[in-house]
Amino acid sequence: VNPDIMIDRIQQAQQLMDAACRELAGEINIMEVCGTHTVAIFRSGIRSIVPANLKLLSGPGCPVCVTDQGYVDTVLHLADRDDCLIATYGDMIRVPGRGGSLETRRKRANIRVILSSADALQLARDNPGKIVVFVAVGFETTAPATAVVVKEAAAESLENFCILSGHKLVVPAMRALLSEKNHNIDAFLCPGHVSVIIGYGAFAEIVEDFGLPCVVAGFEPVQIIEGLAEICGQLAAGRPELKSMYGAVVTERGNIAAQNIIDECFEAADGYWRGLGMIERSTLKLKDKYSRFDAFSRFHITETQAEDNTGCQCGQILCGLIDPPQCPLFEKSCTPEAPIGACMVSSEGACAAWFKYRLPRKH
Amino acid sequence: LEGDRAVVDAMGNRWKARTTLLPDAGLGDLVLIHAGFAISLVDEEEAKETWQLLAQISDFQNTPDKLSG
Repeated sequence: VNPDIMIDRIQQAQQLMDAACRELAGEINIMEVCGTHTVAIFRSGIRSIVPANLKLLSGPGCPVCVTDQGYVDTVLHLADRDDCLIATYGDMIRVPGRGGSLETRRKRANIRVILSSADALQLARDNPGKIVVFVAVGFETTAPATAVVVKEAAAESLENFCILSGHKLVVPAMRALLSEKNHNIDAFLCPGHVSVIIGYGAFAEIVEDFGLPCVVAGFEPVQIIEGLAEICGQLAAGRPELKSMYGAVVTERGNIAAQNIIDECFEAADGYWRGLGMIERSTLKLKDKYSRFDAFSRFHITETQAEDNTGCQCGQILCGLIDPPQCPLFEKSCTPEAPIGACMVSSEGACAAWFKYRLPRKH
Repeated sequence: LEGDRAVVDAMGNRWKARTTLLPDAGLGDLVLIHAGFAISLVDEEEAKETWQLLAQISDFQNTPDKLSG
């Protein structure tokens, strides 16, 4: 890459953004719904160069952050059983629930951090005397990887493997946010990797039904700035559109093989989100033919919404209604070393990103 | 690459990955990996751009003079 070309592109986008924001009266709120965007935006310092009336909100895009407290408590309950081996992605380890976290249970030695769902299945093959419970969280990006191993477990008749599906769908959450009367969202910077799977066409309904710009962007600073500039331009022109700026990686229809395998194993079900509460048909539940791999039915667990009475404002933050520093716990009792809320636990959480990268604005 | 079992190289680091979700992926293709699964083919030019950027950032961070100003 010629660094000069990169700088030219950034400056060009910045000029576009500045001009559009001057034209637009009042505050403009652009929400990203992707944890990787949250971190990339902070790390690159983009927040310090956007116009003063442009506000960047971190929405419900970090898998750990949106996971409801009731789900976390269920994971901990299963971790307390002697017959269970818990397989989890690393970022769930420190999420606090009722009576500690997975981390505080590490002496029980029945919790394994994995990088891929395939590792969870292997754990089940290697430990026939234990029931391996895969803590399956994440959006449409990780759901197909879970579906693959459920199908394989079925093909192998592996009876000591099950998943606790906490998988979530992005579009129903975006619709739920926009259906709140007091929402302040003017546009969405749509997630890159989720779009690889579902295709950017999936966001057309947001543009059509709510009249908001939806722009898919990659994760390089220049791609994010160009995405923001595109959104500002659309808002200034009063012409909300659907657009992907994530090159050849994201197509309109997405990864059909991945969509098919999700459809084969899962069906949409009502489910709880942290901060957003119950959202209709927003979570993925295993279909009946795979119910023997469903940890909820295997252990007779009904998912309920747990009360969070710590004073944590993760819910408000995930809806873009307040910024992390407006939470009374932020930086005081809640820090990345001793997190109280999920958004401070995950490195992709809004609170953790604010804590780590916060810089004074230039204005 | 054997069936849907692949070994992928990321800037010299080798990882095991699966191509189950990307049946068209072939030996030598550039792919985007998420949680151990290839989910998309990547444009070669784009990948080169990203790697060069990462290399530039790494060079920059390894130069103490530039960091201390």
